[in-house]
Amino acid sequence: MGAYLAKRILTMIPTLLGVAVLIFLMLRVVPGDIVELKMRGDGGAPTIQQIEAERARLGLDRPLIAQFGSWMTGLATLDLGTSMWTEKPVTEEIAGRIGLTLQVAIMATIIAILLALPLGTLSALYKDTWVDQAIRIFTIGGLAIPSFWLGMIIILGLLYAFNWIPPMQYVPIWKDPLANLAQLIWPALAVGYRFSAVLARMVRSSIIEVMREDYIRTARAKGVHERLVIARHALRNAMLPAVTVIGLEFAFLIGGLVVTEQVFNLNGLGRLFVQAVSRSDFTMVQGIVMVIALVFIVTNLLVDLAYGWLDPRIRYGGK
Amino acid sequence: MTLAVPAPARARPSALRSFIAAQPLGAVSLLFILAMVFASLFAIWIVPHDPLKLDFAEILAPPSWSYPFGTDNLGRCVFSRVIFGARTALVIGILASLVGSTIGGLIGVVQGYFGGRLDFYVSRFVDILLSFPIIVLALVVVAMLGKKIVLGVDMNLVVAIAIPIIPKVARVVRSAALSVREMPYVDAARASGFSHQRIVLRHMVPNVFAPFIIMFTAFVAQAILLEASLSFLGLGVTEPTPAWGLMLAGNAADFYREAPWMIIFPGLAISLSVFAFNLFGDALRDHLDPRFKG
Repeated sequence: MGAYLAKRILTMIPTLLGVAVLIFLMLRVVPGDIVELKMRGDGGAPTIQQIEAERARLGLDRPLIAQFGSWMTGLATLDLGTSMWTEKPVTEEIAGRIGLTLQVAIMATIIAILLALPLGTLSALYKDTWVDQAIRIFTIGGLAIPSFWLGMIIILGLLYAFNWIPPMQYVPIWKDPLANLAQLIWPALAVGYRFSAVLARMVRSSIIEVMREDYIRTARAKGVHERLVIARHALRNAMLPAVTVIGLEFAFLIGGLVVTEQVFNLNGLGRLFVQAVSRSDFTMVQGIVMVIALVFIVTNLLVDLAYGWLDPRIRYGGK
Repeated sequence: MTLAVPAPARARPSALRSFIAAQPLGAVSLLFILAMVFASLFAIWIVPHDPLKLDFAEILAPPSWSYPFGTDNLGRCVFSRVIFGARTALVIGILASLVGSTIGGLIGVVQGYFGGRLDFYVSRFVDILLSFPIIVLALVVVAMLGKKIVLGVDMNLVVAIAIPIIPKVARVVRSAALSVREMPYVDAARASGFSHQRIVLRHMVPNVFAPFIIMFTAFVAQAILLEASLSFLGLGVTEPTPAWGLMLAGNAADFYREAPWMIIFPGLAISLSVFAFNLFGDALRDHLDPRFKG
C-alpha cells in the first residue's frame, strides 16, 4: 500500500509538469501582455519608454526561455511568483480565497450526494414508471439550467418568499457558523443541482445493472428482505461507479463556481481567476491553473483509494 | 376492358419519420430548435421593438401587451432582446461546436488510424486538457487572445469556446476510429496501396461520422451555455449586442425587486435552448448508435 501510494504520488509530477508547460506556452503564444492594459486602464497615455520600463520591472522583457526557467524553478520550490497586478505573492492570494471555495464545493458535494442517492435509487427501482420520468425531468433540468442563473433564481425566490436575501458579507465558519452557513448554503445549492443530476443518472444506471446480477437473485431466493437486498447488496455495489463521478464532479465544481461566486458576491478562487483573466495577470492565471490541476489529481488519487475500501477485491500494487 | 392500376409502391418511411416515431421527445426538441432558427433568421419581423432602442419613458416596465417580457433599466424591450439573443447564441454555439468538433474529430481519426507513439503523445496531451472544466480552459484562451471582431462575431470568443471541445471530441472519435481501423475494408484499402490521406478521408472519416454528428449536437448545448457564462462574466459578447448571458450580467442583479423579468426571461431562454440541444443530441445518439445508449 505504501509503495503504491509513493508510486502514485511520483506519477503526479510529470502530469503537473505537463500542465505547467502547457499553460505557460498558451499564455505566451500571442503577443501582448498586462503592461499596456494596466497603464492605459487609469486613462493614462504611457510613453513607450514607460511601457518598456514597466515591462523590464515585471521581467517580461526577458527571453521566453528565461521566463520559463524562473517559472519552473519557482514551481520546484512551491513559489508561484507574484501577481502582475496586485504585486502580492500568488500563493498568498490563493491561500486567502481557496478556503471559501473549498467549503462551498464540499457543501455542494454533500447536497448532491444526499439528493442523488435516493433519487437515483428510486428511479432505478421504479424504472419506466412516472416516478422515473419525474426524476428524469429533474436530472435533465440539472444539465440545462446554468448554475449562475439558478443562483439568481434562488435569490429571487428568497426575496419574494421571505423578503430576505442571503448576506453578501463573508463570515468565516469558525467565527459564526450560522451566519456562514446562511450565506454559503445557497451557492452550494446552485452548483450542487447540476452535480446531483449527473450523479443521479449514474446511480440509476449502475443500480439497474447491479439488480441483474446473480447475487441479487441469490439474496432474494434465500429470503432476504427486499429492503436489505437493496441497501446491502445493490447500493453497496452500485457505489463504485458513483464514487468516480463524485470525484470527477467535485474536481470540476470550480467550473460552476467561477461564475456562481459572482452572483453571490463571494470572494473565492473562481472570482480571483476571472479577475486575473480580465486583467491579463498571467502569473496569477498560471498559479490558479496549477492549483486546479493539483485538486483534480489529488481527487483522482482519493477516488482510487476509496475503491479499495469499498471493494476489497481490488488490490493495489500487485502484478 | 379495365386498366389494371398498379398499387402505388408503399412509401418507405423517411429517415425523419422513423426518427419522430422512435424519439418523440427528440422530435419535440428538434421542433424547438427549428423555432429558434426561425426566430433568429426573421428576428426583425418578429420583435415588437428595436432591441437596441433606449426608451427612458418605459424604464423597468412590467410585462404588458406592448412589452411581453417587460423592459430593462434602460427601457429596452426584454422580449425583443431575448429573440435577438437567440441569434447570438445560435451563431456562436453552432460555429464554436462545428470548429471544435471538426478539429477534435480529425485529431481523433488520425490518432486512431496511425496509433503508436503519435497516438500516445497526443493522448497524454488530451488527458491534460480533459482534467480542466471547459470554462477554465475557455477563460485561459480568453486571457491569451483578447477580442477580435469579424463580421460582427467575436472570432476569439468562438475559438475560446471551441478549444475546450476539441479534446472531448478527440477522445470519443479516437475510440470509434480504433474499431473502424480493424475493419476489413481498411485493410483492403491499405493492401491496394492507397495513400494514408486517402484512407483517412475516404474510409475512416465517413465511418466515424455518426459519433461526430452526435458530439456536434451535444456540444452546441455546451457552447451556448459557455457563451452565456462568459458573457455573464463580461468576458464574452459585449454591449450593446443582445446576448442572454449579458442580459443577466452587471446591473440586472440590482433590480431583483423592481424587475424580476430582467432575470427570469433570459435565463429561461438559455435553459430551454440548452435543454433542447441536449435532448436532441440524446435522441440522435439513441437513434443513430444504440450502442452508446446509457
